Amino acid sequence: MSEFLTARLTVPRTGFDVQVELDVHPGQALALMGPSGAGKSTIVHAIAGIERIASGMIQLGGTVLADGQRHLPPHRRSVGLLGQNPMLFPHLGAAGNIAFAARASGQGKAQAEQVARQWLERLGLGELAGQRPAALSGGQRQRIALARALAARPRLLLIDEPFASLDVEAAADMRQLVRAELERTGMTAIVVSHSAADAVALAGELAVIERGRMVQQGPVRQVLADPATRFVRAVAATLPAGDFLS
Amino acid sequence: MSIVSKADTGVRAPLAAVLPAILGIALLVLPLAALVARASWGTLFQDVTSPAALQALWLSLRTGFTATLVCVVLGVPLALVMARSSARTAQLLRALVAVPLVLPPMVGGVALLFLFGRTSPLGRLIDDLWGMTLPFSTAAVILAQAFVALPFLVLSVEGALRSSGAGYEQAAATLGATPWTVLTKVTLPLAAPGLVAGVILCFARAIGEFGATALFAGNAPGVTQTMPLAIYTAFNGAGTGRDSAVALSLLLLATAILVLVSVRAWRPGALK
Repeated sequence: MSEFLTARLTVPRTGFDVQVELDVHPGQALALMGPSGAGKSTIVHAIAGIERIASGMIQLGGTVLADGQRHLPPHRRSVGLLGQNPMLFPHLGAAGNIAFAARASGQGKAQAEQVARQWLERLGLGELAGQRPAALSGGQRQRIALARALAARPRLLLIDEPFASLDVEAAADMRQLVRAELERTGMTAIVVSHSAADAVALAGELAVIERGRMVQQGPVRQVLADPATRFVRAVAATLPAGDFLS
Repeated sequence: MSIVSKADTGVRAPLAAVLPAILGIALLVLPLAALVARASWGTLFQDVTSPAALQALWLSLRTGFTATLVCVVLGVPLALVMARSSARTAQLLRALVAVPLVLPPMVGGVALLFLFGRTSPLGRLIDDLWGMTLPFSTAAVILAQAFVALPFLVLSVEGALRSSGAGYEQAAATLGATPWTVLTKVTLPLAAPGLVAGVILCFARAIGEFGATALFAGNAPGVTQTMPLAIYTAFNGAGTGRDSAVALSLLLLATAILVLVSVRAWRPGALK
């Protein structure tokens, strides 16, 4: 399901307000970059409904998720959130976590269990169905968390640095999985990352946030090729030179 | 292996702490050992199963269970409110909840008497509505027990809720789970170890309650004379009464140990 996301939002914070305007076209992925503490997670949380906006409007397809007065609670937004911490429920097994999401999105018990089985098989984790999160590796947890987020059939997927806590190999696997799932589902998405490589691999557009404000926005390669601030220049410098040619 | 070494960290407790630590343990354990030593084992079974002892035991269990139930019904929602409210509100509520912990139970008994006594507005209202007086009834025993035991349940559940944090609840909400589903399928299962520990501590405190019960409920055999009151009565009586007191004390001690063992089995780490 591809939906248009438009967000004009102000969220007050100590130090500075986060105040941005961003649009994500249906089926597109927007990369959100910025220094630590710039307000990236605040934006993502505001769209997911975990934080309230003071003013502005967040609209997904035809649904107003929030404006200055109204605040649609997270469970009625159909906005999936995959964070740095997978937040798998520790009292449920791998299959139980995925089935929870399928149940929460209104599917019956038997159907939810089937959805969980199918997901685990697709991820090659079928034999871990009954394992509790504590018994899984970081990479396995993140993959199950992605499956759980998608099993809830969201209209928009927010991905907040899910690779940051993984080792190099697991991060590469996870990046490939996210890319494959975004392509397969054609879902509108926002990907928060510290890495220019993630932006290039996963997103078409890039928005750069510094101290709560948008400082640069456009097609990923165009932004990285023509950095407007020191931060963007530093990020662009981490890409192999050949990357700009492709 | 020394008793003060911790194999996994290699850090030892300072030697100066060892002697006071041993004395501390002695202070806790020796009186109980003396109690066990003083028991007349020949008549123990007879003392423990005498009609008066069984009556007190049965009343204690009945009122203890009911008080624990009252604590769960009121305490779990209170713990939820505390764990999810602002730091300032939580601090205020926690201070209020902790009052019975630091208050001498006798004072609690007097306070309950003034609140529910026949001449108090609330006492009169209860009398008008249901034609009953609370003080010196079995209901008063339950109220006194719930008053002193509630903090154990609330603080234990609140601690469990705080340590599991709101992150899992937020994750559940972004998956589309309604607040009711979040409560029943995420919040409460995650707090289960704290809830079980709280229930057990709450029950143990309830059946051990003496001061508030004595003042608010009195000491009528079969109606308000719970185990601790029966022990006190037997101990104050002459001759054979003292053996009964020791026997009843041992019965309460056994219950307490049972409770402790169950709490250990249910510590958060025990839940895989």
